[in-house]
Amino acid sequence: MLLEVPPLLEVKGLKAGYGPTWVLAGIDFAVAEGGVTALLGANGAGKTTTLRAVCGMIRTEGSITLAGQPIQGRATEDIVRLGVAHVPDGRGTFMELTVEENMRLGAITRRDKGVAADFERMFELFPRLKQRFRQQAGTLSGGEQQMLAIARALLLRPRLLLMDEPSFGLAPLIVQEIFGIMARVRDEQKVSILLVEQNANLALEIADQAYLLETGRIVVSGPAADIRQDESIRRSYLGY
Amino acid sequence: MNGFLHQIIAGIATGGIYASVALALVMIYQATHHVNFAQGEMATFSTYIALTLVNAGWPFWLAFVATVGISFCLGVLIERVLMRPMDKAPVLTHVGLFIGLVLVVSNLTGWVFDYTVKPFPTPFFDGPLLGGLVSGHELGSTAVTLVVLGLVYLFFRHTSLGLAMRAAAFNPVSARLVGVRVGWMLALGWGLAAAIGAIAGIMVAPVVFLEPNMMLGILLYAFAGALLGGIDNPLGAVVGGFAVGVIENLGGTYIVGTELKLTLALVIIIGVLLVKPSGLFGRVVLSRV
Ligand SMILES: Nc1ncnc2c1ncn2[C@@H]1O[C@H](COP(=O)(O)OP(=O)(O)O)[C@@H](O)[C@H]1O
Ligand SMILES: [Mg+2]
Repeated sequence: MLLEVPPLLEVKGLKAGYGPTWVLAGIDFAVAEGGVTALLGANGAGKTTTLRAVCGMIRTEGSITLAGQPIQGRATEDIVRLGVAHVPDGRGTFMELTVEENMRLGAITRRDKGVAADFERMFELFPRLKQRFRQQAGTLSGGEQQMLAIARALLLRPRLLLMDEPSFGLAPLIVQEIFGIMARVRDEQKVSILLVEQNANLALEIADQAYLLETGRIVVSGPAADIRQDESIRRSYLGY
Repeated sequence: MNGFLHQIIAGIATGGIYASVALALVMIYQATHHVNFAQGEMATFSTYIALTLVNAGWPFWLAFVATVGISFCLGVLIERVLMRPMDKAPVLTHVGLFIGLVLVVSNLTGWVFDYTVKPFPTPFFDGPLLGGLVSGHELGSTAVTLVVLGLVYLFFRHTSLGLAMRAAAFNPVSARLVGVRVGWMLALGWGLAAAIGAIAGIMVAPVVFLEPNMMLGILLYAFAGALLGGIDNPLGAVVGGFAVGVIENLGGTYIVGTELKLTLALVIIIGVLLVKPSGLFGRVVLSRV
């Protein structure tokens, strides 16, 4: 008998916005357990808004479930404590605090004994963070802050990792490094990733499933490989 | 010479009080970007609670600990009940709220404990030490202040809760994203500030005597100290508080005379705002984009 595995994150009819009007017009999407789901779209399409909606940072309507459990309308802190980590737009660095303190904050809700080992693992993934451990985080370069944001998120030991444009504003070499690490994390750790990117080419390489967002609506969805191959989609939406 | 040295030591003793109140102001300022003008009145109210307990026959230090605990709870309560609902209100609403809080606490204090000036006992040796260089109370209260400031420092530097509170103050959005309960951190900050204020009140009351406006001048000096050191820098505010204590004593004795002492606080406040608004140790955030 085939058991239907429910998606880790399931979103139905999601509306979200900042003021009286909705930015998202009621979207449906899902993130399967294990693997990478990409959410693509041009600047201003509503990608960041979608991630903010999932972790309760803005006003929403509709249904959001995490492993079958409804989380729509709950406080951000509570959603995070259910295992949803967010690498936010702008990286969310605690500028005044040290790299060490930023990392300790990532694990601040944890009571288990594995935190020290996870710190070592982060140093292995991001050796620069070890070099900069005692430094004020505001002095890090953009790429280093992105690494710090990812490390902070992973230190929660999340089930679901939301990543908002990790390639934004970074040199190609650093972007490669970060995407390499993302693939490692996906393979070695039990974490599912919802990846938001403007750089569609890059995202479709690592993703299994993809959704394409245009002014608050999902206009294309399907396996990443198919979308990559579909020239008309590429031409009309992705621009390459 | 001995007189001069004594003025400096006395300045350090009162400076410790200013430093404590300055720290309480900075803690709330960092988290909310508002100056809690009611900090002084809250501390006075707490000091009356301590006096009531002492008069009821409680041992001094037991009354001290109980008062600090009660003040902490009252601080948390004020944040939860009064400040929380005003979270997103404009600045002027907050100013109004603080002025209201000043009046309400001050009138409540007068109404509950009456307006007469009351002596307050010192728990320390009541007399001169080291050949008149320092009084037992000055020495004791400075020691208490230093212990309190040290404990607060250790708490913020070396505990997870302290780190979470700092994170919530610096960057509430990111703090929520790592699971910090930001609202409660603010409430705890108010509780801690109220507790520190209570200790300052109890330590200064034997010197200035207890009456409903006891902390008025002290709040002004503390504010001057906080501005001098940097209103967003706890360590700076503490140093600033001690500095103002010494300046006040020396200036009052040798320059302007006791009657005009309070003017010194205003001179410092205006001077800092004009010359270096971020204060001597104002936090300069290093950031690269
Ligand atoms: N904080 C905000 N307040 C008001 N409107 C916002 C805010 N952030 C984004 N928006 C609006 O929401 C829409 C979608 O933005 P966003 O989700 O940031 O797009 P994307 O991440 O895909 O570039 C845009 O029209 C933008 O102007
Ligand atoms: Mg965005």
